[in-house]
Order: sequence, then C-alpha cells, then structure tokens
Amino acid sequence: MITAPTIEYFALAPLLIIFGAAIIGVLVEAFAPRYLRRAVHVPLTLLSLVGAFALVILQTVRGVPTTPAAMGSVAVDGPTLFIWGTILVLSFVSVLLINDEEQFVPSAAAVPGSAEEEKAITEGAAHTEVYPLALFAIGGMLLFPASNDLLIMFVALEVMSLPLYLLCGLARRRRLLSQEASVKYFLLGAFSSAFFLYGTALLYGFAGTVDLLGIRERLAVGGGGTETLLLVGTAMLGVGLLFKIGAAPFQAWKPDVYQGAPTPITALMASGTLVAAFGAVLRVFWVALGNDSWNWEPIMWGVAALTMVAGSILAITQTDIKRMLAYSSIAHAGFLLVGVMAVGERGQNALALSGLLFYLVTYGITTVGAFAIVTLVRDPGGEAWHLSRWAGLGKRSPKLAGLFAFFLLAFAGIPLTSGFFGKYAVFRSAVALGEAWLTGLVVLAVVASAAAAFFYVRVIVLMFFSDPSADGPTVVTPSWATSTVVGFSAFATVALGVFPQPVLDLAEKAAKSLFVQ
Amino acid sequence: MEPAEILSHTGGGAISLAWLMIVLPLAGAAILLIGGRATNKWGHLLGVLMSVGAFVVAALVFLQLIGLDPAQRRQSVNLYEFIPGVANIGLLIDPLSISFCLLITFVGSLIHIYSIGYMSHDPDRRRFFAYLNLFVAAMLLLVLADNYVALFIGWEGVGLASYLLIGFWQYKPSAAVAAKKAFVVNRVGDFGLLIAMFIIFAQFGTLQYAEVFPAASQASQGVLTAIGLLLLLGACGKSAQLPLQSWLLDAMEGPTPVSALIHAATMVTAGVYLVVRSGAAFFPEGSTAGLVVTIVGVATLLAGAIIGTAKDDIKKGLAGSTMSQIGYMMLAAGIGPAGYAFAIAHLITHGFFKADLFLGAGSVMHAMNDEVDMRRYGGLRKLLPITFVTFFIGYLAIIGFPLLSGYFTKDGIIESVMHHNAILGWLAVLGAGITGFYMTRMVVMTFFGPKRWDEKAHPHESPAVMTWPLIILSIFSVGLGAYLILSNRLLVFLGPAVGQPAELPGFHPFSVPGLTTLALVAVGAGIAIAKYGRSEVPVVQPRGSFLTVFARRDLYGDALNEALFMRPGQWLTRLAVFFDNRGIDGVVNGLAAGVGGSSGRLRKIQTGYVRSYALSIFVGAAVLAGAWFVVGTL
Repeated sequence: MITAPTIEYFALAPLLIIFGAAIIGVLVEAFAPRYLRRAVHVPLTLLSLVGAFALVILQTVRGVPTTPAAMGSVAVDGPTLFIWGTILVLSFVSVLLINDEEQFVPSAAAVPGSAEEEKAITEGAAHTEVYPLALFAIGGMLLFPASNDLLIMFVALEVMSLPLYLLCGLARRRRLLSQEASVKYFLLGAFSSAFFLYGTALLYGFAGTVDLLGIRERLAVGGGGTETLLLVGTAMLGVGLLFKIGAAPFQAWKPDVYQGAPTPITALMASGTLVAAFGAVLRVFWVALGNDSWNWEPIMWGVAALTMVAGSILAITQTDIKRMLAYSSIAHAGFLLVGVMAVGERGQNALALSGLLFYLVTYGITTVGAFAIVTLVRDPGGEAWHLSRWAGLGKRSPKLAGLFAFFLLAFAGIPLTSGFFGKYAVFRSAVALGEAWLTGLVVLAVVASAAAAFFYVRVIVLMFFSDPSADGPTVVTPSWATSTVVGFSAFATVALGVFPQPVLDLAEKAAKSLFVQ
Repeated sequence: MEPAEILSHTGGGAISLAWLMIVLPLAGAAILLIGGRATNKWGHLLGVLMSVGAFVVAALVFLQLIGLDPAQRRQSVNLYEFIPGVANIGLLIDPLSISFCLLITFVGSLIHIYSIGYMSHDPDRRRFFAYLNLFVAAMLLLVLADNYVALFIGWEGVGLASYLLIGFWQYKPSAAVAAKKAFVVNRVGDFGLLIAMFIIFAQFGTLQYAEVFPAASQASQGVLTAIGLLLLLGACGKSAQLPLQSWLLDAMEGPTPVSALIHAATMVTAGVYLVVRSGAAFFPEGSTAGLVVTIVGVATLLAGAIIGTAKDDIKKGLAGSTMSQIGYMMLAAGIGPAGYAFAIAHLITHGFFKADLFLGAGSVMHAMNDEVDMRRYGGLRKLLPITFVTFFIGYLAIIGFPLLSGYFTKDGIIESVMHHNAILGWLAVLGAGITGFYMTRMVVMTFFGPKRWDEKAHPHESPAVMTWPLIILSIFSVGLGAYLILSNRLLVFLGPAVGQPAELPGFHPFSVPGLTTLALVAVGAGIAIAKYGRSEVPVVQPRGSFLTVFARRDLYGDALNEALFMRPGQWLTRLAVFFDNRGIDGVVNGLAAGVGGSSGRLRKIQTGYVRSYALSIFVGAAVLAGAWFVVGTL
C-alpha cells in the first residue's frame, strides 16, 4: 500500500504561491487576449512576490519549524527563510526592471534584422512569457537552497536554470550576442548539471541515500571502503554547485552570459541566482558533508583563492561595463566562499553564517542597482556597454554617474556603504576563528579587494575626470519602475552601510535557528 | 580628587538632545552649501540662527548638568555605533566638554553676528557662513566626543574648515599658500595624534575614554610616555605650539572673523582640550610627558610674546599674542590637576578678550580700507570711540590689569606653576611683562598719537551689527575672570571631569610673583609708551636692531623649517623621484605590467568558444577530483 506523503502546506506556502502564480501566468498566455496579457502579468507577478514575502515574514514571526517539511525533503529553517526573503526582495526589484518592454525582443523566432522582426516591432508584439518564465526561475531559486535531498535539489536546479536559459536569449538589441549567450549558458549549464547528477549518483553509492541528513549519518559512521565514491562524488557535486556561483575554474560562462542577456535578466541572475546557489552550497557542504570538512576545505580554499584572484585580475582589462560587473561578481563569489568556510561544522559559527547572509543581501541589492543604471545609458544601437562611452558621464548627468560611482564604491567595500559591512562581517568572522590557513585566505581576500578597488575606481575616474565625447551616449529618463529600483538600491546601500545592525541582527537570528538536523 | 566615573546617560532631558548642538550647525552648513545661490539672500541669517540654536542647546544641557549631583556629572550618550567596540559616535557630557561648548557656541555666535556686517560686501558671504557653521560643528564634535575616533573626526573637520576659511579669498596667492601651510603643518600634528590612537588601541583594545582612562595606569611607563608625547605632537599642531607654530601667523590671511574664531574660541584651543582631556591618563602630575608639555608651553609663550613685540601688522601682532597665551594654557595643563582649572579658566577668558581684540582689529581695518599696518594708523581713538573702548578693555584684560579677567586667570596660572617649578614660573612672569610691552605698543600705535593714515582713508565707526558683539565681549572680558576664579568656582565645577587638587588654592593678590608680574607689566607698558607714545612713529618700518629683525622674522621659524625640513624634504623627494624612476618604478611598473599582462594573457583563455569553456570545466573538474583524492587519501 502506498501512503500519500504529508505536506506541510504552511511551511511551503511561499514556494507554492510562486509556482502557482507561474502556472496561472502560463494560463494567461494561453487564454488571455494579447493586449491584456501584460496588464495581468505585471500585477500577478509582483503580487505573488509580495505575498510570498509576507508569508516568509509571517513564518519568521510565528517561529521557525524545527523539522524538515515534505517528508524530509525540504528544509524550511532560519537560513532558508532569510535567503527566501532576500531572493524575493531581489526578484521584486528585478521584475520591476523586467517590466521595461524595451529590453525584450518582440518576436524571438524571427531572424535578427529580418522583415518578420520589423513587422513584429511595428505590430507592438511582445513576449509576455518573460513573466511566468521569471516566476518559474524564482521558484527554482527558492527551492534550491531549501532542498534537503539531492534529487529535489537537482530538480530545483533545473527549474531555476531552464527558464533563465530562455530568458537570456530574449534581448531586443544585439540579438546574436544574446542568442549566443543563451546557447552557451544552456550547453554549459547542462554540462554542469551532468556533473551534479553524477555526483549525486556516486554519493548515493556511498551512503545508500540522497537525503542530506542520511549522507550526514553515513559519514558519522565512517569506514566501509567506499571512500572513493565519497571523494569523487563530492568533487562532482561540487563542480555542479561551483559552476552556478561562478567560481574559478568554472567561471568562464559568467562574463559571456551576463553580457549577452537582457540587462534586467542579468540583474536577476547576478543577485537572485547567486544567493540561491550560495544557500545550496552551504546546505550541501555543511549539512550533508560537514563531517568530512577536512577533506573538502583545502580544495574549497584553493577554489576561493583562485576565484577572487581570477575575478580581480581579469576585471582589470575589461572594456565592457557588463563584463566588468560579471568579473566583479566572480571576485565577490570568491570573497563569499571565505565566509562559507568560516561557517563551520553544523554551522556552529552563527557569526560567520550571519555575516555571509548579510553579505549576500548587500551584494545582491547593490548589483541590481548597478545593472539598473546600465540600462539607462544608451547608444542608438542599445545600451552603451563600452567603457569608453562612459567617459565624462559625470559631467553630463552627475546624478546618474554619482549613483553609479556610489554603487561601485559599495562593491569595493568603502566604509559607510553596505559593501564595507558585508566584507567586514565575513572577514572578521573568518579571522575570529584564529586558524592560520583561514586568516591567510582573508589576507589574500583583502589584497584582492584592493586590486578590485582599482578597476572600480578607474570607472569613477573615467566618469568624472575625463571629458565627455561629443557624440556620447544618451541617458534616458528612467521609468518609474527603474527609478524605484535605483532609489531603493541606493537607499539600502546607504542604510545598510550606516545602520547595518537591524539586518545583521535579523541575519544572526536566522543563523542561530540553524539547518534542520 | 580623582575624576568621576563616566556613566552612560539614561533618562531624557536636554542631555539626550545634546547631539543637536552638532547637528544644527552641520545642517546649516549642508543647507547653505547644497542650496547654493538660492540661499544667498538669507544664508547668513540661517548661519547665525544655527549657531545661536547650538548655544541654546548648550545652555540647556549646562543647566541640567549643574542640577545633578557632582558624581553624576559625567555622562556619555551613545548616538551611533559604526563598528561595535571599535568605532562609534558618542557624546561625553561633562563639566569640561560643556564649558567648551558654551564658549564655542557663545563666542562663535557673536562672531557669526559680527560677520554679517564685516562680510556684507563680499559676494560669497553665504559660503563664508556655511564654512563658519562647519567649523563650529566640527569643533563641537571634537570636544563632545566620548572616544578618540569621534574626536579625530572633529579634529580633521576643524582642519578642513580652517583650510577653507583661511583660504577663503583664494584668489589672493598669499591666502591660498597660507591655507595650504596651515593644512600641511596640521597634518604633521594629526599624524602624531593618529599614531597615538594606534598605540592606544593596540594597548587597550578600545578608544573609548570610559575604558581607556581607567585602564591607563596598568600600561607600562614607556608606553604612556610615548602616547603622551604623540598626543602632544597633535596638540602642538592644532594649538600652534613650538615647533608647529608657523602656520598661525600666516593664517591671518583669512577674513578677520575667521582669525577671531580660530584664535579665540575654537581651533587653537583644541590642543589644550586634548591635553586636559587625556591629562589624568597620559599626562599625570610629575610625568615626563607632562614635563615636556610645560616646556613646550613656556617656550611658546615666550616665543609668541617676542614675535608680538616686532610686528607692525595688527593681526600678526595679535597672532603672536595668541601663541603666547595658548602657551600659558599649555604650561598650566602640563602640571597636572593643580593647573587644569586655571588652564581652562584662562582659555575661556582668553576666548572672550581675544575675540574682542580680533574683532576690534577687524573693525579698525573695516574703517581703514583693510589697512593692517599699524604704522599707518594713529589717533583713531576719537573716530572709532566704541571700537576704541572695547579694544582698550580687551587690552587691559590681556595684560592682566588688576581686577579684569586676564588678571585673575593669568595670575592663577603663574601661582600654580610657581608651586610646581619656580624656573618655569619666573619665565611665565617674564612673558607677562613682554605682553605688557607689545600690547601697549599696539594700542598706542593704533589709537593714540598723531594720525598717520593716507588722505584717501575716511575712518568711520562700524555699524551696530559689528559693535554690539564687541560691547558684549568686552563686558565679559571685564568680569568673567573674577567670577570663575574667586571661590574656585570653575575648579570645583571641573573637578568631576579632570580631578582636583587635594588642597584648594586660595587667591593671593599680594604674593611676590603676583606683585612682580604687575610691576613687570607696568614696566613693559611704560617702555612702550615712552617709545611709541612720546616719540614719533615712522610710517616706514625702520631697519631695526638685530633683535627686532629676529622677532619680525618669527624668530626665524620659517627659515628654520625651510632649512631643516622643507629643503631636505625637497631633496629627499627629488632623490626619491630619482630612485623611483630608476629603481622602484622599474619594479612597480614591472608588477603592474605583470598584473595587466597576466590579465591580458588570462583574457585570451576567454575565447568565447563554448567548447573551450566546457573543456576548462572538464579539466577543472578533473583537477578538483584529483585534489580531493589526494587530500582524502593523505
């Protein structure tokens, strides 16, 4: 006899709302007349995000569950709820950017520059599918860090990634670049998923279960001659996860995809996906493989070091603003990995975990703000990506350039910006452990931050101390949605840089009610 | 008596609103600078209003403070925690800080009001008021901070505001140079303060007064002396003490109200504040650091006085006297709790009579088309009656004429130093005699004798908005000293903040040093009258004796700086540039080229071909698995 699984509907409600709204979105695509779709999608998407966020808050207030939901496959605990909240906020602002129709192709099937495309533009066609696609991706992002089971995690990974592959190819301008990005992301993503799945299989061979807690228990017992399965399985699983966060040597896709994708989608990927992937990394390595940390920590150390150095050095020669931000994202992933290592067995180090969570919030918000500004500086052929086009922008639109400079300073981690406290919280907790190998990594991270500061400041110098060219890019008047995003990001970057305590406290509270064991 | 414990403030009242003192002028500065030309019409009024508002808050806080039990009078109010335990902004409300606040805001407000008239023809008056407000806000943060970090922010803020104000007429090259000089010289001092802070943090793990001061006695003597001397270096920069005095005389390039603000109520008092505030911890009675403070103080008070004797520029003469008077305060601050109250008392009375004198000088210049050479004054007594009377009262106060402010406070310093160290005491007496000479010379040359000014000048009394501040300041210059010193009012009031000697000093008007001082002052004044009152003052500066030239050239301070620091410094930079180009640059450029080059080379990995990306992932995975294997089987 098969018993139906018990589902904790309340604990899973945020997920269910997002997926439910996504499915309704698909129905809207199927049944609503074309002219109505957008009018339905935008409120539906935004409301579902708000509703899910409200439920996350409600759950946090009502008390965090102490057992995994859905027969032990989804862990809704403190860190999950905090990450959910973060992803939902970041998604909300990203969707506000996606709301800008200008960014998306009217008819993706039409050959770039063909008569069909011309026709689609004049007809005012639009791919309103971007809303349900984004919602599916967001739902995947929510499930990914909450999965307590490698198979569920794999499903979440795919649910998150597949819509993003599609969305990457929908840029209205520079179609070929966008399509190339989409295909590249898809191929490499599929490749890395294979690694993930292979790792899952090997770990199943080792532990006889794909349940994270089951693997943990098997590790606690130890012995058994299946070490090889464990080691190779961990490595393969690690490749799949490190690919998603863009750690070196799996970072190659990031600049190409970030550049080619429509900028609002880049914002969503650079913020939401990164947060989700770090949540999953934390869960896999500390919940399932925490007992094996002396085996994987040295390798993680090397990956973190390589990632931050590669990100910082490669960013220096970038001449494209989106690629530069992509490399900056790689460097930040390296800094975040330092925090991952400091979290420690069973996440005992709540200080480090809260620091990491805080870093994710600050980095995500600043990133969305920076990409939002990128959408505003335009050439006749689309956004002005080449850095030389940004020369002298400070003289022509001081407010915009000032805000962008401010976001760059936040990336560099200058005091009185949120970036400073993100770095400070993570590095301090790593140093506080008093272990030389981790302290050494922090020293390297600080040096890499200094190198990274160079290319951020170079852009600021370019904007404010160069003369604008005569045929410089135009700065479009931002729509209300874009202004809201920029305003919110700037406000949060200041507020978290000056009064970080409330959010730090929240992160610490979340970190204390740690992973469901 | 030891200083009282610093309590953290609970409950409301004016103390919990003390932050308004800083925020009001800061907001004023922000509004005026951001508002730009739109605020030109009412900018000066807003500036005055903010400064007066800060004074009102200070007065309310003061009233609440004196209502408390003396043991409760040190309260810290934490405003903002930047990095918990390392950097925060908190205010320490205690008798010492509130005395400074009252002085700064009251005299500062009068200077603001005076500036309405003085700067009325300047097209940039609004900007001037913005800087004045910034100056006041920074100074208030400096004295109100409850830790060294916040103090340092205020300290740098004062440096910035003084730079902006001294160079306010930046189109004059001399003003721009003077501003730069003030900034650079102050940087030297700031460096000392900064290193002192580093040592304090390394030693005590905190920069909070409440934690550093009680713990200080546990540190080794060498560390305490090092901290003390470095703090003194900082104090010397801000307070224009030897050897960092050179900026002060040049700082006269700023508009006269700025000179009054810098010299009377704010900037130069910061060093004295720092020494007194840190006194119990780092300059205890009989310590080496304390001894060095007294020596610096005495040397500066004599140097300043000697410089003052030879200056023909009325403002530079007054600047010399500021150096000298601050020297007195430093001297008193160096001897420990017996001197703190007198140092602060002199600081307060000096704040009033020096503001009075500077604003009076400004009023004279206003009347004389900005002429500053006293040789071209003379006989202005009748034409500028109010300016004359108020200036004369300030003059009597500064030379220590019996029963006026300076008499009580300077005499207090001399008496207490005399108990501590007779040699220093007699040198201070000598300084008082020289003060009598150069101040009398100034008054005689300006207000008495025949007129020596151009036919074109038409001296006239200043408008009421300028004379009323003078009148108010001169009233305080008369009575404040007696009020503070008699029955040890200030000493008892400051007790909880800085400690007080076991035995309260009495007031001995007929002691030997006191009478000698009076006699020397009389002699000094007499010589000045004989030399400048009885005989004709040449309009063109005579060559003067060797000594006069020595004093005129600021005791060759600039020449010394130039020979000792600037020239070798320039040589050093040239040498450094040489080596930099030949040696280091090679390395650095090589390094930069290395980074850029490796960036460029690494970039080539980014081919754009998805197959090579996949290959890199595959190789990465293989390396990772291999590494895992190696680590796992170790």
